[in-house]
Amino acid sequence: MSPDLSIAEIEKEIIEEFALFDSWDDKYEYIIDLGKRLAPLDPKYKTDEYRVRGCQSSVWLVADYVNGKLVYHADSDALIVKGLVSMLIRVLSGKTPDEIIEAKLDFIREIGMTTHLAQTRSNGLLNMVKQMKHYALAYKIKDPVPSKN
Amino acid sequence: MSISVTIPKALDITAIRREFPILNREVKGRPLIYFDNAATSQKPRQVIEALVHYYSNQNANIHRGIHTLAEEATAAFELTRDAIQTFVGARFREEIIFTKGTTESINLVAYTWGRKNIQAGDEIIISTMEHHSNIVPWQILCEEKNAVLKVIPVNEVGELEVHEYEQMLGPKTRLVSIVQVSNALGTVNPIKQMSAMAHKYGALMLVDGAQSAVHLDIDVQDLDCDFFAFSAHKLYGPTGVGVLYGRKEILEAMPPFLGGGEMIKEVHFSKTTFNDLPYKFEGGTPNIGDVIAFRSAIEFIQSTGKEKIRRHEQDLLDYAHLELEKIPGLTIIGRAREKVSVISFVIAGAHPQDIGILLDNRGIALRTGHHCAQPLMDRYGIPGTARASFAVYNTRSEIDELVKGLQRIVKILA
Repeated sequence: MSPDLSIAEIEKEIIEEFALFDSWDDKYEYIIDLGKRLAPLDPKYKTDEYRVRGCQSSVWLVADYVNGKLVYHADSDALIVKGLVSMLIRVLSGKTPDEIIEAKLDFIREIGMTTHLAQTRSNGLLNMVKQMKHYALAYKIKDPVPSKN
Repeated sequence: MSISVTIPKALDITAIRREFPILNREVKGRPLIYFDNAATSQKPRQVIEALVHYYSNQNANIHRGIHTLAEEATAAFELTRDAIQTFVGARFREEIIFTKGTTESINLVAYTWGRKNIQAGDEIIISTMEHHSNIVPWQILCEEKNAVLKVIPVNEVGELEVHEYEQMLGPKTRLVSIVQVSNALGTVNPIKQMSAMAHKYGALMLVDGAQSAVHLDIDVQDLDCDFFAFSAHKLYGPTGVGVLYGRKEILEAMPPFLGGGEMIKEVHFSKTTFNDLPYKFEGGTPNIGDVIAFRSAIEFIQSTGKEKIRRHEQDLLDYAHLELEKIPGLTIIGRAREKVSVISFVIAGAHPQDIGILLDNRGIALRTGHHCAQPLMDRYGIPGTARASFAVYNTRSEIDELVKGLQRIVKILA
């Protein structure tokens, strides 16, 4: 979470980090490492209710709403997906519903991970992005004028 | 007196590889290694050329037109039927029905024979290692008819419990529908024996040959099965073509499947009469070009020699078993005594999807996931496996690359 930077700024950071790698192996090793370092999700959330289903791997996603901002927690049974999810959390967690709904998330394409949004992979990354935005939308509707609760 | 021993000449794999244009391409900067042959095999030049030839020279609708193109296209289309008749050892050419794939072939039987013959309380037997295509059509039928679906269990090494199957058979058994070779495990099932057992109780035997037709010698009369279903695209042929073999007297008694053109004799609003076999089951314009090109695939297999191909694939399978087992944490799923060309595995701590992505990154294509056989994955308590499946053009050095890739992956994911 980088609360002081805007979504676009964090995306730019990630793109710059990936520019340092010259091989796909290195990129994936980095993503896997991110996956391994993602904060663990409380096992009580690893239920169908929080599951974002993919064809081959599963993602569990939870969102809290704190002071008008969303805070995401997630886990996956596959490490690469978990690493990708960890990047999404870095970009979107701590942002307001409006910022999240508007986010273009171009970094996924910029760092060459579009293939994970492709239909064949059906690995839940696309569903994950949708689900993160749904949470944002749900909190926006529930709390149209963000309160400092 | 001299004793002569004929040692069959081994295949020239380098020459065979040259016949498959796709093997020249690179993936992620490395030469493609294609180990997803159980999903679909690559196509030799002669199949691709047959498609081009058909569309460049003969394209016409078949069986109706009296012009030259229609005659040529019809003749070429029907030649494939003859080739398939020989390929599976059918008694009559009209026992060969063209469909769009194994799935449609099985559904055809479920929707026509099944709807007509299955009644409340009747029993259909399948097995735990079936592809979803040989589960769901029977579930739908059983639900509709209030019939019972029974499932033969699979033992730890991936073989059917034939003894339990024998106990399941009874006077209410109407159909046994079993895969000949498991797509997820490679197990070869004892179809001939199981067919004989089914017939003792008056039940019919359907064989899902999607994986077996390319590897095993198929003789439907020797297997004594009533239906045999398979797809062209797993036999070096085009996608979108399948075959249903059915015993003539059974097909004749079956109601038609899709109503429309081709399958009729006469249509009047008062009464429509149906065409003879095999056309009764081939309503609508068929996949003419792909059916014609399918014959080239059969010719490729026959001229290369099924026995030689099988020996080569068996060598690859044995080698892969030996080499993969050296990888720490790797477990092979499916160790049946009789197996062909498929090696499924899991690696402790590594999700199959991660394995698949990282191997793709090295230009290696294999399949990961549940292989459309979720009940089988449940049986082993795993979400899925990584599966390498071999074809005639694969080599030992490609397996070495797979092993190298996996060794690296184990390190990265640990």
